[in-house]
Amino acid sequence: MNRWEWEVFLRDTGGDQTYLEWLISAWGWTLAVAACAAVVAFGLGSVIGTLRTTPNRWLVGIGNAWVELFRNIPLLVQIFLWYHVIPALIPVMKHLPSFVLVVLALGFFTSARVAEQVRAGIQSLSGGQKNAGLATGLTLPQTYFNVLLPMAFRIVIPPLTSEAMNIVKNSSVAFAVSVAELTMFAMQAQEETSRGVEVYLAVTGLYIVTAMTINRLMAYIEKRVRVPGYVGGGT
Amino acid sequence: MGSLDLSFFTWDLVSKFLVKGFLFSVELTLVAMIGGILIGTLLALMRLSSFKWLIYPATIYVNTMRSIPLVMVILWFFLLIPFITGRPLGAEWSALLTFTAFESAYYSEIMRAGIQSVASGQVSAGFALGLTYSQNMKLIVLPQAFRNMLPVLLTQTIILFQDTSLVYAVGAYDLLKGFETAGKNFNRPVEAFLLAAIVYFIICFSLSTAVKKLQLKIAIVR
Repeated sequence: MNRWEWEVFLRDTGGDQTYLEWLISAWGWTLAVAACAAVVAFGLGSVIGTLRTTPNRWLVGIGNAWVELFRNIPLLVQIFLWYHVIPALIPVMKHLPSFVLVVLALGFFTSARVAEQVRAGIQSLSGGQKNAGLATGLTLPQTYFNVLLPMAFRIVIPPLTSEAMNIVKNSSVAFAVSVAELTMFAMQAQEETSRGVEVYLAVTGLYIVTAMTINRLMAYIEKRVRVPGYVGGGT
Repeated sequence: MGSLDLSFFTWDLVSKFLVKGFLFSVELTLVAMIGGILIGTLLALMRLSSFKWLIYPATIYVNTMRSIPLVMVILWFFLLIPFITGRPLGAEWSALLTFTAFESAYYSEIMRAGIQSVASGQVSAGFALGLTYSQNMKLIVLPQAFRNMLPVLLTQTIILFQDTSLVYAVGAYDLLKGFETAGKNFNRPVEAFLLAAIVYFIICFSLSTAVKKLQLKIAIVR
């Protein structure tokens, strides 16, 4: 094996920046894709997951169909759907940058998983909680907002933590539609510099750092919002 | 634009572009599943052993694999395999090795949970009867662990099948690549990708429905 050559990151890319600067901006794109997709996924996923526990057959059906649709198509294929197929069918979408399309793809894909966790969280609550809410005269939506959801969301924090980490990992698939995130950087910088090991190590390191940070952050949130006296989240 | 033209989709196209890709996707899934479960079980046994020199390497391996995006693992193997073997192996072989190595980390977590789900009294009973560690594992613990975890293992396999599409990163010819190539050749990328989504959906939806049925069946017996 050849020696290390970390100086590769100080080389000029030919585009008025060093590879290090490019790496940092690529990390920024990864974080941006992941953060925006997380907003979409957690927002949509919470709504869909909640719908699936309501007594309304239609709402449950829509929720189930949503989850099955987005869970049973590979993420890469979904990204191609958003990138190639949907703009062809809906002309308005043609002018959206690939960043937005990837965020939507990753967000919708993950929303199905989040919905599954949220549903499981709500259903893990004892039925007495819902009945008690209704018996005290709350309407069903009030019962959800004041009784069920505040408990359920605390219970699902651990599985949602792994979903949040998955979003970061899955954002790597954005390379396929040329979003300038870390994996795209890894492929291009490897080709241009032929220092694949250094480039890949740096990128892999950043992915691990990001995932670990999210993990710690969510553990902190979990600790802060824990219901006193309520042990564990028996899902 | 706005209208779809599916007339290019013929049996000729299927046999020319899709069959080869589909077979590779299935091959990759099966190889990675069998290899992954075997190596994953070994990793799980290592992590549950009482020897630090077995626990640490297995734990580090599993946690590292699980915190790196699959695409990066695919790229790593594609980059490093020629260094190790001295010659490039081609994207297909590289993918087979990558997926086996990567999936074994995920399967090992499932098997670890499965082994831990077997009541500890059973292990003690086995030892009390004079079984050795390997007899105990082979005859008592692993069969039950495997059975308890069968639905989860199969669900992971469906995810694995979906993930095989990521060999796109190194240009291996899988099912998705087949659709893409067909779309390029007939200049109908929109229809090709739409069909790809439908085909993947049908396969994965039927498999996951089957797994759900199996899960109910197993749940009744237990």
